[in-house]
Amino acid sequence: MNTKYMNPYLAGFLLGIVLLAAIFVTGRGLGASGAVKDVVLTTIHAVAPTHVEHSPFFGSYFGAGKESPLKSWLVFEVIGVLIGAFISGLVSDRLKVVTEAGPRVAPKLRWLFALLGGALFGAGAQFARGCTSGAALSGMAVLSTAGFITMLAIFGTGYAVAFIFRKLWI
Amino acid sequence: MGPFVPDIISDQLNLVVALIIGIAFGFVLEQAGFSSSRRLAGVFYGYDFTVLRVFFTAAITAMSGVLLLGYFGLLDTDVIYVNPTWLWPAVVGGAIMGIGFVLGGYCPGTSICAMAIGKVDATFFVGGGLLGVFAFGEMFPLYKDFFNTTALGPAKVFDSLGISGGLFAFILIAVAVLAFAVTTIIERKVNSASLSREFSLSKHRLAAIGVLALGLVFVILPERKAHMISTVSNANYVATHSVKVMPIDELAFRIVDMEPNVLIVDVRNPDRFNKLALPGSHNLSLHDFFSKDNNALLSQRHVKKVLVADEEAQEKVACLLLQKLGYENVLALEGGLPRFKETILDSTAFVTTGSRWDSDVKSFRETARVEIAKMIEAGKHTAAKTVKAEKKITGGC
Repeated sequence: MNTKYMNPYLAGFLLGIVLLAAIFVTGRGLGASGAVKDVVLTTIHAVAPTHVEHSPFFGSYFGAGKESPLKSWLVFEVIGVLIGAFISGLVSDRLKVVTEAGPRVAPKLRWLFALLGGALFGAGAQFARGCTSGAALSGMAVLSTAGFITMLAIFGTGYAVAFIFRKLWI
Repeated sequence: MGPFVPDIISDQLNLVVALIIGIAFGFVLEQAGFSSSRRLAGVFYGYDFTVLRVFFTAAITAMSGVLLLGYFGLLDTDVIYVNPTWLWPAVVGGAIMGIGFVLGGYCPGTSICAMAIGKVDATFFVGGGLLGVFAFGEMFPLYKDFFNTTALGPAKVFDSLGISGGLFAFILIAVAVLAFAVTTIIERKVNSASLSREFSLSKHRLAAIGVLALGLVFVILPERKAHMISTVSNANYVATHSVKVMPIDELAFRIVDMEPNVLIVDVRNPDRFNKLALPGSHNLSLHDFFSKDNNALLSQRHVKKVLVADEEAQEKVACLLLQKLGYENVLALEGGLPRFKETILDSTAFVTTGSRWDSDVKSFRETARVEIAKMIEAGKHTAAKTVKAEKKITGGC
């Protein structure tokens, strides 16, 4: 069964209120990719500490006086996202282990493209200093130039390449 | 006045706040249908514009809230985190993410949300995200220079475009409403099972008119700080509002006496302040009066705030602004700083007034000249060098 989703404008308004509350209370917006980075930092630091500390990119996140990357605002926020989404799935009867794919795509191919898409997002978010939530949405809320540029680049490129990959979805 | 971090909410408590905000964020994303990759990808193929509706409504709601809270002085918009711009990295990063969106059907936030309700594809996307960040970091030397290119700092989009914040907000709202209308027409044609077929047109039209009206309000609303400064600068306002004045000799006496209940606020520009400043004075611009950081300094009621500038008229405007912001016990220095310098600091000849106190005043000024000169000299080596610690909130991904 498929329980109905919320009216998108109402959902958008509520999402905006959550974002506004974050800015009003903590002075910063929402995010997601930063938490992904914190998990990567912690994992590779556990595996190869010296390599990471000398890495030109990862190294700056470690050093004297710096807390563990896992003790970051975004990591706690993302743990909250997992809990909140789970509760929502529970109350709307949408908890189900399933692979969702376009009508012409087999699950294994879908997994491959999801992995690839995730990797591109992970790398792209480093260049843009944030993803759809941290750079685009939160940036737009505070009228940051970066927020609008990132948003236009994400959706503009999405539309530009959508035709090439149409068999994945329609 | 928000934000409450770091003054009221500690770093530790802030993590609890993060968890609570995250729960609300995750719940709303899932309720909106962002846990479905087919629904998310639909925005690129015209069969489902949920992403566009939720995303733009959220951006406009939060933006409007920030503008309104800032206007009413409830939120210090100078302190909140504005993600800095690196122009070309943002374009290239956004383009890479755009391809990732079409291939993967999620963005990081929505993939985490979908993973929580059991979507296997979302779990692969999250795993891919981890690999992507790792690969980026390992290959970093290849594009290190590009990564740091075209840094514009925390630029605001309306400044970049050269228009006012209010006008930009209106344009954004108008574009969003137009996009909502057009995409609903497209979606109804392309997708016979579209959720938008159930929308009540009259209610949505009413809502559209409502948000456009709000946008117009933003165009009309003057920027609060500029508006208040221009109000108190108006000649009529100055003429009808009285400001207490502190005589030159009184200030000199209080300085020599190192009286703790006097706070000298120098509103001249920092260059002039660095050349010559009264002992223990604070250099603030009119804009700084609005800042949360200076609240503690300026709100000590029993302390006389003596405003110092090149002209007494400028001091009066600064006093009126402080009074309008609710600060008490503010005074202008008689004749401005040049008069004080002339009378006390420079060894100009004493002008007799015919008063029988003339000789006392003359000898006091001579003592004050020496003492204050010493204090200024001592201050150059110590207090003047204390650089104000920047208390900016860090954020971003």
